[in-house]
Amino acid sequence: MKLDSKIPSGPVEKQWDNYRFNLKLVNPSNKRKYTIIVVGTGLAGASAAASFGELGYNVLAFSYHESPRRAHSISAQGGINAPKNYANDGDSIYRLFYDTVKGGDYRAREANVYRLAQVSNSIIDQCVAQGVPFARDYAGYLDNRSFGGAQVSRTFYARGQTGQQLLLGAYSALCRQIDLGTVKFFPRREMLDVVLVDGQARGIVARNLVSGAIESYDAHAVVLATGGYGNVFYLSTNAKACNATAIWRAYKKGAVFGNPCYTQIHPTCIPQSGDYQSKLTLMSESLRNDGRIWVSKQKGDKRKPEEIPESERDYYLERLYPSFGNLVPRDVASRRAKEMCDKGFGVGPTGLAVYLDFSDAIKRLGKNVIEEKYGNLFDMYHEITAEDPYKTPMRIYPAVHYTMGGLWVDYNLMSSIPGMYVIGEANFSDHGANRLGASALMQGLADGYFVIPYTIGDYLASSKFSPVTAESTEFKTAKADLDAMVHKLMSINGKKSVEEFHRELGKIMWDNVGMARTKETLTKALEEIPKLRQEFWQNVKVVGSSNDLNADLERAGRVADFMELGELLARDALHREESCGGHFRVEHQTEEGEAKRDDEKFSYVAAWEYAGPDKTPILNKEPLSFEYVKPSQRSYK
Amino acid sequence: MNVTLKVWRQKSKDDKGRFVSYPVRNVSPDASFLEMLDVLNEELGKKGEEPVAFDHDCREGICGSCGIVIDGRAHGPGRGAATCELRMRSFRDGDTIVAEPWRATPFPVIKDLVVDRTSMDRIMYAGGYISAKTGGVPDGNSTPIPKPVAEEAMDAASCIGCGACVAACPNSSAMLFVGAKVSQLALLPQGKVEAKRRVERMVDQMDKEGFGNCSNNYACEAECPKEISVQHIARLNREFLKKTLA
Repeated sequence: MKLDSKIPSGPVEKQWDNYRFNLKLVNPSNKRKYTIIVVGTGLAGASAAASFGELGYNVLAFSYHESPRRAHSISAQGGINAPKNYANDGDSIYRLFYDTVKGGDYRAREANVYRLAQVSNSIIDQCVAQGVPFARDYAGYLDNRSFGGAQVSRTFYARGQTGQQLLLGAYSALCRQIDLGTVKFFPRREMLDVVLVDGQARGIVARNLVSGAIESYDAHAVVLATGGYGNVFYLSTNAKACNATAIWRAYKKGAVFGNPCYTQIHPTCIPQSGDYQSKLTLMSESLRNDGRIWVSKQKGDKRKPEEIPESERDYYLERLYPSFGNLVPRDVASRRAKEMCDKGFGVGPTGLAVYLDFSDAIKRLGKNVIEEKYGNLFDMYHEITAEDPYKTPMRIYPAVHYTMGGLWVDYNLMSSIPGMYVIGEANFSDHGANRLGASALMQGLADGYFVIPYTIGDYLASSKFSPVTAESTEFKTAKADLDAMVHKLMSINGKKSVEEFHRELGKIMWDNVGMARTKETLTKALEEIPKLRQEFWQNVKVVGSSNDLNADLERAGRVADFMELGELLARDALHREESCGGHFRVEHQTEEGEAKRDDEKFSYVAAWEYAGPDKTPILNKEPLSFEYVKPSQRSYK
Repeated sequence: MNVTLKVWRQKSKDDKGRFVSYPVRNVSPDASFLEMLDVLNEELGKKGEEPVAFDHDCREGICGSCGIVIDGRAHGPGRGAATCELRMRSFRDGDTIVAEPWRATPFPVIKDLVVDRTSMDRIMYAGGYISAKTGGVPDGNSTPIPKPVAEEAMDAASCIGCGACVAACPNSSAMLFVGAKVSQLALLPQGKVEAKRRVERMVDQMDKEGFGNCSNNYACEAECPKEISVQHIARLNREFLKKTLA
């Protein structure tokens, strides 16, 4: 497949402005004649759907939740970046661009990242106008804090609930459009396939989760804003329902998948405590601004943290990285924590944890200040562990958190299927091999508010559309295929539950395709996943009926897709014979144990193309070039 | 620990529904209440029985999906936590735990513990926003907002829209939910422009959906997982009065 990234020429500062000017426009009075489907109503989906509605398009928005406000964006805690330079500490668009390209370990497109940095300032303005109650200083101006991997204070926040406030902002804009009738919202609908007519994406087929009916919806363009695939690891910080079904089914219809092996492990999560555990809980990494990470200098030290004197503590991040200390990027902090635990320095009952200690910050700033900054996080920790972090250090351990990989998109955010766009975490575009903290909210809203509203118009204005309705043959075929799939899942009636299969898949993924990957572990995963998948289709037990609300059936379809995606993830990780960002190959590291890239061979986007059931997918390469931020070995020493 | 779960089973909206008791054995006190339900559901599934349907998603108390009346209280024992944050250590070995859906006319049961809360969304559609279109807004720092005002707006904005206030209220009133949004936006300078229209439309929709009015019972504040103060109901009333007098 020939991939055209459509990266504009010219100096990076001017690319987006020039490009935007050259985009074709849809006449205002014609906009309502175009229908756009938006699947997923988190930050990216809700902001896009609302903005399309404001422009006058006819929008159909879908969510498997009962309300757009339930989307997983709501869980983001820490903040959103924008180089406003309100802190007068030398920030600029160029610096955010530079930090993001470097933080992504030189595996993102410069043009995309520059645009992201450029529009991010407008996001803050937009959110303030919507009534998002960002934190303010005593003069009444917006407050900023610094965040993992950044040496400037450019992170805007609303206590530890920034994602919630930004999502509710986008939701409010969406509500207004729903009230005005430009957007029609379909709750409790799960998209199960994208429908192509003459090679163009012309609609979707979705399951009504309450009635069980498979429904068809036609449109002129389809936008997927369906989030990441972290739940392929079973235990992750993602919400329980987060899944890859929409992007995976689109992949099987011809959308190529970019860099599936770039997964992010978040360093500060509450450690697992038992087998019954259903998910992992994240503690915002803003905690690393005031908390100090340490373990005992003795292996297997069973003393309580308070009993370990200062001289016997190893503040290993401060020791290894004197200039960044506890604020090193996520991948570095995670890997170091795993390493300390693997060497036997781990703390707590399982030995799979390190301390995050606030006692110095409480002494320095007072309990009130810490409570104001992190109160809700401390409460959450207390609730889950029954330990009070004001009195004793938190125990933390890394967990799967975000996926930088996703469906490949061009500069317009259009996938390799004409008319199908992918925005937010679901695409692969802006974070390279590693995402910096407070950049997910930024990208979701940048895509939805300030990029796709322009680029989609160009496609609509310059394409021809054959007449299509939900009664067309293509829709009928898609519906029949899905009815057959549901029937198959319901009729296997085996012995193992869907959850058991998901847990087994998660274990294969975490043990072999997790934080430290080797040729052996990846090869093993590639043998075990297909076996598990085969067993799934012979031995899964899905209970209940397909004609009403059935969570078991919903999960079964999602787990079936994860079992295919997991294999692609492992395959991509095996082929990428280098370490970069969140992808760490043990064979490829520097003497100090840092990720070692191979720019000669791997400075490209790996875009995988579906070749048919049980066939090896085709690898396409989109070369990356760096004109502004010259690749160097990342150093946070 | 071992517990007995007495849980509401209702096949569909039109089914009458009834309580069914299930023993749940060997539950870790560190497990969450929902993880205990997961364990029960997996056992039921193995026996070919239908699992208990319940809404949940983030399991960290922020998405507002979960909501179960446990032993007569919305979100169960304790304060300031959603159902998903409730741990089994809050119960004793041998306890019988009663679990029911939110019960309110505007929240029809879909299945078992799952109810339809779209009535709350429709109140938001009616006016829970500032009509700022994408683009064309001033710089974020152009209007300073006193820190205490911003903080109070944030207190109100932390509502997760779970509906516990409605479930706890003897009148099924949604006035804490509506008050939180009206208050947040009325406090902020950028929200004052549309304050009158907003309060009028939201209250009107609230009445149409069949939610009751506040009779100062304050159960809403007591059961709110975000501990939102009833002062926001007072501000809702004040805003409504201002609209009426103007």
